[in-house]
Amino acid sequence: MLGLIVWAVTSSPNWPEVKQAFFDPEEFKRAFPEVARAFVRNVQYFLIAEVFILAWALVLAVMRSLQGPVFFPLRALAIVYTDLFRGIPTVLIVYLLGFGIPSLGLPGVPTGAAFWGVVGLILSYSAYVAEVYRAGIESVHPSQAAAARSLGLSRAKTFRFVIIPQAVRRVIPPLLNDFIGLQKDTALVAFVVAIPEAFKQGQIFQAADFNFTPLLAVALMFLLVTVPLTRFTDWLLERQRRRRQAGAIV
Amino acid sequence: MSKDGCALRVVDLHKSFDKLEVLRGIDLEVDEHEVVCLIGASGSGKSTLLRCMNLLEPIDRGQIVIEGEDVTVRGLDVNRIRQRVGIVFQAFNLFPHMTVLRNVTLGPTEALGISKGEARELSLELLERFGLADKRDDYPDRLSGGQQQRVAIVRALAMKPDVMLLDEVTSALDPELVAEVLNVIRELAAGGMTMVIATHEMGFARDIAHRICFLDEGVILEEGTPEQIFSQPRQERTQRFLQSIIEAGRM
Repeated sequence: MLGLIVWAVTSSPNWPEVKQAFFDPEEFKRAFPEVARAFVRNVQYFLIAEVFILAWALVLAVMRSLQGPVFFPLRALAIVYTDLFRGIPTVLIVYLLGFGIPSLGLPGVPTGAAFWGVVGLILSYSAYVAEVYRAGIESVHPSQAAAARSLGLSRAKTFRFVIIPQAVRRVIPPLLNDFIGLQKDTALVAFVVAIPEAFKQGQIFQAADFNFTPLLAVALMFLLVTVPLTRFTDWLLERQRRRRQAGAIV
Repeated sequence: MSKDGCALRVVDLHKSFDKLEVLRGIDLEVDEHEVVCLIGASGSGKSTLLRCMNLLEPIDRGQIVIEGEDVTVRGLDVNRIRQRVGIVFQAFNLFPHMTVLRNVTLGPTEALGISKGEARELSLELLERFGLADKRDDYPDRLSGGQQQRVAIVRALAMKPDVMLLDEVTSALDPELVAEVLNVIRELAAGGMTMVIATHEMGFARDIAHRICFLDEGVILEEGTPEQIFSQPRQERTQRFLQSIIEAGRM
């Protein structure tokens, strides 16, 4: 199948030109170091954003999972938040915050476009991740909460010690899915910042040299991070499964 | 310890789920060191009664008094009450992400505020007593059903409750694992633990109970000593229930 596609592409009439424009080894060699250097910024954005997303999304998910009329305002707030930030395209949020807030010139508020771009990523992604957490929380059987409460644990401690640890373990694969999405979407910050990250750096080369090969280098950089991340999670889940169950077999 | 020696008193307890009235006026008194067995068909309200006594289900009407304290008044700290009433569930409900030892120490450390070291010591002692010491670092999934249920009993005991409620604790077990759990309960009874036990194990109930209550459609239809209930049941429904148990070969 793959061979067929490769054959179809390489035998197309314009292949020599395309090959020149997309797969130029000289161009690749020239662009790669700069792209790689710029990619460090993507990793920074990703790491910083991820920490805040994981924390903030958990707060949102817990807010939404609280039961009883007393907590209605918190629940409503979480629902409105999720609807809003899941409904708006991430690129738009990054744009609005990255250009909008610095231009307000509010005293005491950071004016860095990168800062607000990352904030945009955090706001947007935490809405998705909150839903993932919530699915995890709801998948923990009510009997677990009953067992914890029957020991006299408070509602908060039941969440902290019994429900959330189990919920998080169960949603690691979908969480990773969002991690990868986020890692790729750090390229969106390119739209609002002056200092280039990898995608922007690739574009700069592409525009200067009329050659698309640098963008291929960018794609490669992203793969270098996302693929190991996926394998790592697979390994993590497998280890966890073994640790909990293998003993029954031996 | 209450003045009148009554560990647990339930007065005119009513509980509905939506339109279905599951408990229709339960009156029950359990003395200290007494073992009361609840028998009755599925859906007769045994489990709901136990869950209400642990305040896991809000009640519609009536009163529950534990060691002289009315626990059904509004605004009461339910966590404090639950610490004094242990419950063991049919499906064990152990925490699968924690080791056996952590399952047992969680309540003492996080609900009672006992220090980690002290809770560990207390838990190891209990695990040792019930033959589970070598399982302390295992996760629940690695244990047999009987072992899991014993851990669940130890977990409840670690809270040093005044009363233990056991909700069909052997119903989910393979037949050959039932005995080990029943032996643990026998040991508790011998130690003077106040217990309310919902069970389908009639032979066991006859052995261990000071008093048997037959529940039918949300009321205690008949109660008495095991001899009375099993040898000369007065109510026709009780007779029919016991007859069906005998026919099923479970007696």
